[in-house]
Amino acid sequence: MLLINCPWCGPRDETEFHYGSEAHIGYPEKPEELTDKQWAEYIFYRNNPKGWFAERWVHNVGCRRWFNIWRNTVNHEFGPSYKPFTKQPSRPK
Amino acid sequence: MSTVQFTFDGVTYHGNKGEPLSAALLRNGIKVVTESSYRYRPRGVIGLGYEEPCALVQIDSGSGEPMVPATRIELVDGLVVRSLAGVGDLPNQIDKARYDKTFKHVDVLVIGAGLSGLKAAQKAANSGKSVIILDDQFQPGGYVSDLNEKIDSKLINSLKKNNVTHLQRTTAIGLYDQNYVVAIERRTDHLSSEILPEMSRMRTWHIRAKEIILATGAFQRVLVFPNNDRPGIMLSHAAATYLHKYRVGTFKTGVVVTVDDFGYQDAIRIHKSGVKVQAIVDIRKKVTGKLLDQVRKLGIEVILGATIVDSTADQSGSLNSVLVAETNLNGQITGTRREIKTDLLAVSGGWTPTVHLATYLNLKPIWDKKVAAFVMPKLPKNIKATGFANGEFDKVTNPPALFFGIIPEGEDAKVSFIDLQRDANVRDLRRAVGAGLTSVEHIKRYTTIGTAHDQGKTSGTTTMGLLGQLIKKEPHEVGTLTFRPPYIGVPFSALAGRDLGILSDPIRTTPIHSSHLLAKAPMEDVGQWKRPWYFPIEKENMHDSVLRECKAAREDVAVMDASTLGKIDIQGPDAGIFLDRIYTNMFSSLKVGSSRYGLMCGVDGMVFDDGVTTRIAEDRFLMTTTTGGAAKVLDWLEEWLQTEWPELNVYCTSVTEHWSTVAIVGPKSRNLLAKLAPNLDVSNEAFPFMENRYAEVAGIPARIARISFSGELAYEINIEAWYGLHIWQEVMKKGREFNIAAYGTETMHVLRAEKGFVIVGQETDGTQTPQDLGMDWIVSKKKDFIGKRSFSRTDTAREGRHQLVGLLPLDNKTLLPEGSYIVNEGDSKNEGKLSHIGYVTSSYSSSALSRTFALAMIADGRNRIGKFVEVPIGNSVARVKIVDSVFFDKENTRRDG
Repeated sequence: MLLINCPWCGPRDETEFHYGSEAHIGYPEKPEELTDKQWAEYIFYRNNPKGWFAERWVHNVGCRRWFNIWRNTVNHEFGPSYKPFTKQPSRPK
Repeated sequence: MSTVQFTFDGVTYHGNKGEPLSAALLRNGIKVVTESSYRYRPRGVIGLGYEEPCALVQIDSGSGEPMVPATRIELVDGLVVRSLAGVGDLPNQIDKARYDKTFKHVDVLVIGAGLSGLKAAQKAANSGKSVIILDDQFQPGGYVSDLNEKIDSKLINSLKKNNVTHLQRTTAIGLYDQNYVVAIERRTDHLSSEILPEMSRMRTWHIRAKEIILATGAFQRVLVFPNNDRPGIMLSHAAATYLHKYRVGTFKTGVVVTVDDFGYQDAIRIHKSGVKVQAIVDIRKKVTGKLLDQVRKLGIEVILGATIVDSTADQSGSLNSVLVAETNLNGQITGTRREIKTDLLAVSGGWTPTVHLATYLNLKPIWDKKVAAFVMPKLPKNIKATGFANGEFDKVTNPPALFFGIIPEGEDAKVSFIDLQRDANVRDLRRAVGAGLTSVEHIKRYTTIGTAHDQGKTSGTTTMGLLGQLIKKEPHEVGTLTFRPPYIGVPFSALAGRDLGILSDPIRTTPIHSSHLLAKAPMEDVGQWKRPWYFPIEKENMHDSVLRECKAAREDVAVMDASTLGKIDIQGPDAGIFLDRIYTNMFSSLKVGSSRYGLMCGVDGMVFDDGVTTRIAEDRFLMTTTTGGAAKVLDWLEEWLQTEWPELNVYCTSVTEHWSTVAIVGPKSRNLLAKLAPNLDVSNEAFPFMENRYAEVAGIPARIARISFSGELAYEINIEAWYGLHIWQEVMKKGREFNIAAYGTETMHVLRAEKGFVIVGQETDGTQTPQDLGMDWIVSKKKDFIGKRSFSRTDTAREGRHQLVGLLPLDNKTLLPEGSYIVNEGDSKNEGKLSHIGYVTSSYSSSALSRTFALAMIADGRNRIGKFVEVPIGNSVARVKIVDSVFFDKENTRRDG
């Protein structure tokens, strides 16, 4: 079980969270102007890197807030977590 | 030490309190403990701890437990065990013992309280760190304690002084990411053979440690040769410990076969216990040092460059003699055989560090030629290893030989055992290699080696060594076995703790639930909710009950507990704009006091949930969701508010449990409401469809909504939750004169299906657009909302998608099974070449239609209305007509009563 650092509550067990996939995928401003391909990329396509990955989590049985966090997909090491609409900390080394 | 009584296979014996059962069995002369699982060969005690592959017993006293190594049972008075041949019985009575769990965060966790572990814990505690040390044995000290040497009491005391949590009889069963360890503490089995009501039998520890020190020790390995499984053949460390520390007697003479110096130490211990050791048989050609001098002085013959090549048994199947012959390191016998009579053969086949926990992190152990074993993998920076676990076998003067046994052919191969628990032998290994397998992971699956309860603790490395020998590779070149948690067998009850029975999952009931129980309504599980399924009168079955309930709703009045519907209070000045973006239809234009049905989609345009939402005030809406979808919808709303539209001033709160909702349905519901709420003008003009009124109902302030999920005139009475039962009882009482009937989820489903109303999750599975469901009318063309762009994607806009239609079986009594697939007419006969054009989503018998009917999703369904299709049901075929999805009151004439 992972220990995840909620930027509002601090470190908590993974069972308190839900996963929200890749971070920084915004809802397109004018969906009607997108091609089918661009729209499909927004809905269905996400990166799946080996190594550091900025992703979304929600502390849904805690403060119910969304946040972003760096996670290393190889060994589950976590980097800094940060609130939505705040500056993204640089990729951990 | 006190003497206690125990029962083995129905016979009462005596033993010393606190010693391992295996020691007590040996002292009582029980060398043959059981038969092997597959080949029915007599087997006895081999080892000392959890590595024991043979001496398994079933505990019948106390909570009972199948398949426990006799080596790990601490003798208590009244213990009842029986032998088992590889297969245990689950105790058939409910375990009355208690189990619990605890959670700890700590600076340093030391796993293993042998000398190395104790020292590591002392060092960490002295530097001011919080420390937990746990150990799976009865007493601390590990190897040193087996040698019957005293652990410095200052060491143990300093741990106490520093508030170190010191747990014996506690096994770390798993190591996970971020230094998370799960351990099982056995708390009562050593105190009493009975269940102790005041104390939990086992405790599961969930520990997170900043640093972990693995002081898990090592396992001694077996050697392979024909008939290496006879009772009396034991690991040398175990044999020496039973004889020297536990004074079991049992054997008259001994022979030690070894690949390392440990064999010499154990020979000395065995000799000191009073058992005459006749010979040490060492595969190494050259050995020097003090140990050699010592054993020679004791008169023990040392036979170098040789090993044991066979054994014979006495009448009981126990060891009678061993055959010694000169052998090279490749396992080829080069000399003549010499027989030595002995009833004990102590085997020192080399030591394997216990690397299991580290490998759970997907790290591969490293082959170390120097110690002839797989040692710890390269560990992450916050995990360290120490002692035997780290390959630090410091007493070694002569390096161990890289030797795992001889690899005979023919009949001898069948009795040369590698994995004693699985009864897997050299013949199995040869066959696997003959079949072309070269990876130890494949060999494991082919031969089952390393898969039993002992998980190859004594046989894993041996397998790799012999395999390497067969295919001319080094042990590490054939791959390493993957160990998986749990490290030992764990009772499910220990993992469950107190989360059993009624506490295993929350049960949600409405305030009216007690009345449903009195009415003997069978319950349906809807998520965690218990909902009445139907309300049988006397001996009615479900079919008859539902027909009667439906008839009441269509002809008189019927009542349903709708309290489980999800309810979300949505407040804030931007609430209307927010709902416009969430729902496919408009909500900002809704008048205060009015309700509207809404549909929401995912970004992919697929229907996600639905429900009626009411505008309570200019800046306040009450949303209802499906019973099962409530939590999901609240999550969805909050996600969009937090991550996409933080500029919207809107707050969402779950209020599902705040309100009880009682739906009264049917042509006489208006008359009933008039009786319940005498001050309310219930006329159609004063209280039109989709509007809300506030009034006292049976003396309780209520919000009454005129909404209908059945097509009938209907009202939903919403009151503060705790008045639910009162209102329900009043409705039933005042409804009597209108022939009121209570109805459950089944009737609700039939009534809505007759009207062609979909249920999200029944007609939909996340791949239907509103258009597929024939609900284009609810999709706004004026505004953007979640999912809108997806409706013009090639795949969602194409012709021929599955569409909602109705089905009427030609035989009006045929009930199509829900989920049945639908094929073109005549296709049922084409074996193997069926067209699969759709599937049945809902299917019922209807009182209003006097026949069966169904809803279905069919490819290009709306263009097929009027056509015939077939539904295979088992070996028969139902012929079915495709019709419109609305079966009853197409003109909506009944809605206003």
